Amino acid sequence: MQKLTFIPTTVIKKKPLPAWASGTISTPAGVVLKVRTDLSRADIWGMVKSRASAFRMHYIVPPGLYAVGKPAKESDVFVTANYKMSFDALRRELKGINAWVLVLDTKGINVWCAAGKGTFGTDELVKRITEANLKAVVSHHRIILPQLGGVGVSAGTIQKKTGFRVSFGPVRAKDISAYINSGYKKTTEMSLTKFSVWDRLVLTPMEINPVMKKYPWFAAAVLFIFGLQPSGILFQQAWSGGLPFLVLGLLTVFSGAFLTPVLLPFVPFRSFAIKGWLVGLASIFLAAQFFSLMNMQHKLLLVTSFILFPALSSYIALQFTGATTFTGMSGVKRELKIGIPLYLGALGISLVLIVLFKIREWGVV
Amino acid sequence: MKYLRNMSTLKYSMEKCAGCGRCVEVCPQGVFVMQGKRAAIADLDLCMECGACAKNCDFNAIAVNVGVGCASAVIRGMLTGGEPTCGCGDTPTGSSCC
Repeated sequence: MQKLTFIPTTVIKKKPLPAWASGTISTPAGVVLKVRTDLSRADIWGMVKSRASAFRMHYIVPPGLYAVGKPAKESDVFVTANYKMSFDALRRELKGINAWVLVLDTKGINVWCAAGKGTFGTDELVKRITEANLKAVVSHHRIILPQLGGVGVSAGTIQKKTGFRVSFGPVRAKDISAYINSGYKKTTEMSLTKFSVWDRLVLTPMEINPVMKKYPWFAAAVLFIFGLQPSGILFQQAWSGGLPFLVLGLLTVFSGAFLTPVLLPFVPFRSFAIKGWLVGLASIFLAAQFFSLMNMQHKLLLVTSFILFPALSSYIALQFTGATTFTGMSGVKRELKIGIPLYLGALGISLVLIVLFKIREWGVV
Repeated sequence: MKYLRNMSTLKYSMEKCAGCGRCVEVCPQGVFVMQGKRAAIADLDLCMECGACAKNCDFNAIAVNVGVGCASAVIRGMLTGGEPTCGCGDTPTGSSCC
């Protein structure tokens, strides 16, 4: 047997730079990383994964001060969250600009949600300004926050505690260069949230994902109900009887978690519950017309489909309120107060109809 | 896009306004406009109760019951009896919020 020999080597390893950093610069407050303004493939892939999965829960950059370009004492200071996607959205817009970036520890959450939670907040900003020794790094007293940080940061308190005057910049990082060029003035356009088709589309994977995690339970229940026979559970029956319901279930997820969000402004009524119900109803109706999925032996099942699935679609669509830019808590509470009893009612009636169907099927009555 | 009518809990006292313009600067929904030297409400139905205006009004002219307009957060609040909070960052499977 060959004897393995080990050559002891002393590997002096310098801490490698993150892929998004191009070097370091010294400041009166110590050495800080210089940040690239181009997104790499890895950055874009990280963005895709964050849009689709729980990957985003740990997609962070270390909080603290960073440099973009060759910032000097007069350069602007931009504040952002330590969610990597927020950080990326900012740095890609700072191309050709010399600036400082101060990253707050928001536990990997984006600016708006973190501001709502208070982690993108007054205390955290005071702490980071102090820790980064910002007073020594810049000679001015201006810091620029993303406008949506205003939910968590009190500009008056920051000025009292640190001497820095907060400007709430544009909502979107992509308007930053226009904002700077106009002498730090926002147009109305820059200070309003938008919720375009694209904005809504990229949010839908995280609507579909959680619902589809529950889909196997629905499928199991459907197969059980249709398979259940006096002689035991029959696979053939479960499959042939249950298939239309399984397909309609998928169609309902598609209606509530994809179609309703994407078509949001075009579906009538302001209530998300009604929007979701209408889209769900239309989907079931079309499925019944064109795909003859409703080739169900029994009228009872047809009625059940029209009661159950639009209600489910409505409930799923209501979840999208959490991703929108314009729904308030009072409105959502109102929707749920009216909606939940109706959903439970629809579920109850559906169960009764299914039981009736089974009784007829078995020829008990 | 606008959400349900007459829902916002925002209260604004114009007589306390000093005209600093912070509310117009922070509101992401365009609820406030400057009318001469004071702020005025343009359209209350646009309000989503985020609370940025109240937080940044140094003259206590604005009060609003701040909360998340998120169904799963509100449901969680109902079930646990607490205030509705976003699940963001707490539960990896979480809701669609943020």
